[in-house]
Amino acid sequence: MIKDFTKGLWKENPIFVQVLGMCPTLAVTTKALFGFSMGMATLFVVVSSSVVVSLIRRFVPKQVRIPMFTVVIATFVTAADYFLKANFFQISKALGPYVPLIVVNCLILGRAEAFASKNNVIRSFLDALGMGIGFTCALVILGSVRELLGSGTIFGYMIMWEGFTKWVIMILPAGAFMTLGILVGVFNMINSKVNRNKIETHGVR
Amino acid sequence: MGKMAEQLVLIFIAASITHNFVLTYFLGICPFIGVSNKIESAVGLGMATTFVMTMAATVTWLIYHYVLVKFNLMFLEYVTFILVIASLVQFVEMFIRKTSPQLYKALGIFLPLITTNCAILGLTLFMVLRKYYFLEAVIFGLGAGVGFTLALVLMAGIREELVFADIPEHLKGSGITLILAGMLALAFMGFGGIISE
Repeated sequence: MIKDFTKGLWKENPIFVQVLGMCPTLAVTTKALFGFSMGMATLFVVVSSSVVVSLIRRFVPKQVRIPMFTVVIATFVTAADYFLKANFFQISKALGPYVPLIVVNCLILGRAEAFASKNNVIRSFLDALGMGIGFTCALVILGSVRELLGSGTIFGYMIMWEGFTKWVIMILPAGAFMTLGILVGVFNMINSKVNRNKIETHGVR
Repeated sequence: MGKMAEQLVLIFIAASITHNFVLTYFLGICPFIGVSNKIESAVGLGMATTFVMTMAATVTWLIYHYVLVKFNLMFLEYVTFILVIASLVQFVEMFIRKTSPQLYKALGIFLPLITTNCAILGLTLFMVLRKYYFLEAVIFGLGAGVGFTLALVLMAGIREELVFADIPEHLKGSGITLILAGMLALAFMGFGGIISE
């Protein structure tokens, strides 16, 4: 049960390990705040759609399940989009079409198809929660790195020293790809270190 | 008329090169990373996607303006668009299977996967956001498809050479692909001067 929740945080992290849901990840992470907002919107959609999919899993015929799941997801995305528009207009404007694009985030359909359509509501809820939080964390990390190097701030607070030369490329698309590539590399490095330690201490994998 | 044609050419160039969907809007990254191993499959997927994109732009434009706007059903925008795209892909799949079995076999699994390609939904959303006219929307769809194909094929070409390269252990797989995509994006930025906005 606990594993359903924790696996999304590290072992099966949607961004660093599964490389799913790349479009919003790369597009909105010019600032840590945008990454966080996007993560939260995705978290809401993945949790609610996983719960609903899990509830209706017995009544949905196999042949039409993908369109059904997609409609469920699209409904929650519409709700999230309208909520952002009503309460956080500036953020909604900055995220632009990437909020509605959560519909086609492969992470969400992936969870619905691979997990929620086969497991009970509580397990699906925990699984989606873990995945959503893992996704948000990755987005915030990526956003922080890009914001720090690109504008010298994190969440809008000045971190770098006076006269710091901003790396404009970090805010541009090219910087997004490279930062994520290097972060994936760092993630793999940490993982293989941890695994090696485990083998040394326990003798077996 | 001349002005109109000029506008259409500009939209086409912007969608395919200077504001390439994959390399500047990050749309369609999943197939870009997943399918760009071989040039052949990249070309096949690119052409199928281009077709679906052009059709999707046409159909969603008509539905948006003649159904959703007319009956004030704008809140159904996302649900409608994704359903249109899904059924369009289904239709294309059936059509290709009937008319050209060879092409169908060559494309294989990539065909149904086009539905979850965010570039297509993104295209329809941009189309609405920028308030394109009908012809502009169609050209926009075509240009976006050509741009997607271009990026995919270029990436496949680079990755085929990558087999012989000495890559740091931890960057193998998606890491190096992302860094390469970054360099490609940098190269495409150089085209930016063609169009001044």
